Amino acid sequence: MDLAYTPQEEAFRARLREWLAAVLPGLPAKPDPGDWPGRRAYDAGWQRLLYDAGYAGLHWPADAGGRGATPTQHLIFLEETERAGAPYVGANFVGLLHAGPTVAAEGTPEQRARWLPPVLRGDEMWCQGFSEPGAGSDLAALRTRAVRDGDAYVVSGQKIWTSHAEVADWCELLVRTDPEAPKHRGISWLAMRMDSPGVTVRPLRTLAGSTEFAEMFLDEVRVPVSHRVGAENDGWRVTMVTLSFERGTAFVGEVVACRRTLAALAAEARRTGRWDDAVLRRRLGRLNAEFRALWRLTQWNVSEAQATGGVPGTGGSVFKLRYSHARQELYEAAAEVLGAGDALDLDREWVRDRLSSLSYTIAAGTSQIQRNIVAERILGLPKGR
Amino acid sequence: MDFQLSDDQRALRTGMRDLLAGRFGRDALRAAVEGGGGVGRELWRELGAAGCFALRLPETAGGVGLGLPESVLLFEELGRVLLPGPLAATELAAGAVKGAAEGEAVVAVADGDLPVAHLADADALLVLAGDRARVLTGAALRRALDGARPVRSLDPGTPLWRVPDLSGYEGEPVADGARLRREGALLTAAEQLGSAVRSQEAAVQHAGEREQFGARIGSFQAVKHLCADMLVRAELARTAVYAAAVTAVPVEIAGAKLLADEAAVRNARDCLQVHGGMGFTWEADVHLHLKRAWLRAGGWLAAGGAEELLAADLE
Ligand SMILES: Cc1cc2nc3c(=O)[nH]c(=O)nc-3n(C[C@H](O)[C@H](O)[C@H](O)COP(=O)(O)OP(=O)(O)OC[C@H]3O[C@@H](n4cnc5c(N)ncnc54)[C@H](O)[C@@H]3O)c2cc1C
Repeated sequence: MDLAYTPQEEAFRARLREWLAAVLPGLPAKPDPGDWPGRRAYDAGWQRLLYDAGYAGLHWPADAGGRGATPTQHLIFLEETERAGAPYVGANFVGLLHAGPTVAAEGTPEQRARWLPPVLRGDEMWCQGFSEPGAGSDLAALRTRAVRDGDAYVVSGQKIWTSHAEVADWCELLVRTDPEAPKHRGISWLAMRMDSPGVTVRPLRTLAGSTEFAEMFLDEVRVPVSHRVGAENDGWRVTMVTLSFERGTAFVGEVVACRRTLAALAAEARRTGRWDDAVLRRRLGRLNAEFRALWRLTQWNVSEAQATGGVPGTGGSVFKLRYSHARQELYEAAAEVLGAGDALDLDREWVRDRLSSLSYTIAAGTSQIQRNIVAERILGLPKGR
Repeated sequence: MDFQLSDDQRALRTGMRDLLAGRFGRDALRAAVEGGGGVGRELWRELGAAGCFALRLPETAGGVGLGLPESVLLFEELGRVLLPGPLAATELAAGAVKGAAEGEAVVAVADGDLPVAHLADADALLVLAGDRARVLTGAALRRALDGARPVRSLDPGTPLWRVPDLSGYEGEPVADGARLRREGALLTAAEQLGSAVRSQEAAVQHAGEREQFGARIGSFQAVKHLCADMLVRAELARTAVYAAAVTAVPVEIAGAKLLADEAAVRNARDCLQVHGGMGFTWEADVHLHLKRAWLRAGGWLAAGGAEELLAADLE
């Protein structure tokens, strides 16, 4: 049991740090959050820089175009990029963090060759079309249907909450290919081009005022059968692979960011004199314990994945449950540090972050669903009705 | 980075778990509680022989030469079974108090206004005053005991005494009181972790057996979610405690104590809830874990102090 990094890992960190210091000052200014084409260009540019420097798809297997880095190196990558204030994955999130890894794990050689390199270069972006109006937590209840017609599926239905749909080129889409089968059995996982005829994207406004996600209407969209990943009707299994990637590593860099925010909160409280309030001060102290421990939990999970060499395990649910709650607590404390007046000012970043933190206990599986997973899959409690 | 238990560490933990299963099972726990919670000398010696107290002493001094991580693993096991006695103080005094390393001596601890646990059983008293520490033995210890008043202890496994002001009592100085405080907090946090995990296991077991409305109560989401939160609390505390044992950084130890206290107390309370009326009885062990968790949370760096330390760390 140790927390030391090997000399190779430290050397990797040093090279990365040097590269970040050289490249970050030359980055263009961050686009306005409402400017989707601008955001896409910005995220693509950053991904291209990573690609050219050999940091794209660090944790992907080498035969999928990645660097085959160890989970620990990936952790260092997230830690250092976050610490240096580098851009986040942004609109590359789905492609890099779960559609890509899913294609790498389950796709045919042709599919890997077609889809993976553009993701790594930042040329193509993906979105996730899983949720539907009638199928959120109960994802397997999805109804969007795909009927085989020659060498294509004809897809009709509706998706919802599709993040980054406005700028995506591809969608990892779950469809029902066998309406007669039990609900988990008749699902397939397709890659759909977003510019296919019949796809309509209608942006939805979030409570933060932005348009982060969208509704997606599918009207007889033709998707080649060759764009199916995994066997027909075996999509649920493929989905589980996707979700384990989504929950496994997606939030790691954010813990580093939260620790930075917490330090900034303390500095601000000192500046304004609110630090003298023992209740607030201790609350920030407790959050320090929380985020330090969450970071250690991440290291524990990564170290475990490294030891077992597998797909991230249920540890991701444990982490997500606690982290999403802690993140909300962090921004509750931020509102107190700001004080009643400033906490109402949308020009303050912490106020906007307070709003966006509300989605953490919902997106990627609600806290209630994570608790079910922990209770049933880790603790072995009986399935509920 | 290899933040997993080594084979040796696993073996050490299994060894201690087996020893305790054989020597301090549930009947022994109940007997200890009904007997007023004194220290069982024979078992204390066995723990000593198993290296429990001498684990971190260098081999040249008759110890085992291992580190904080190993001690933490053993203390987690002691916490699981609610072994009574001033375990942390005795471990810390190994090397400074004759017989402590071997389990021949029992060392109690006095810290500020807190009542002293197991004073009547003690062969030595570790007195903490700020960052200074000293050990009372012999006549000074007897005088302290004569002036002490028993407290009707909330925790039936831990007899308590209020002691007179000890500042005038002569004792042998012990080096680095600040370090003793930190390590005492960490070892206590490890005991809390063990207790938190035990409460979680007891709740899950009960939820998987007890039936109401024609179903096992563990299939009801309200119960299930209590259990899931218990696991999450315990696992977060575990990584905090293990990491603090590896780094021994003061602020990390403070965080570990804070989270382990929370896990032990909240898990015991949730476990009580899952047990329903049975949880409110003396016969169920739930209250024993809760009471000991409260006691441990109040000493060796309580929440307020830990939070201040963690706040001061925020630059
Ligand atoms: C910011 C954001 C981005 C998102 N991005 C995407 C995306 O890109 N692609 C995509 O496919 N989806 C996306 N989602 C959708 C997300 O995965 C779902 O919102 C989530 O799974 C919950 O589904 P729902 O909204 O239908 O809520 P519901 O399932 O209707 O849940 C409503 C409430 O009921 C509770 N509940 C439901 N079932 C149970 C149960 N069995 N036991 C206990 N409680 C239950 C839930 O916990 C919740 O509190 C996004 C969501 C958000 C908020």
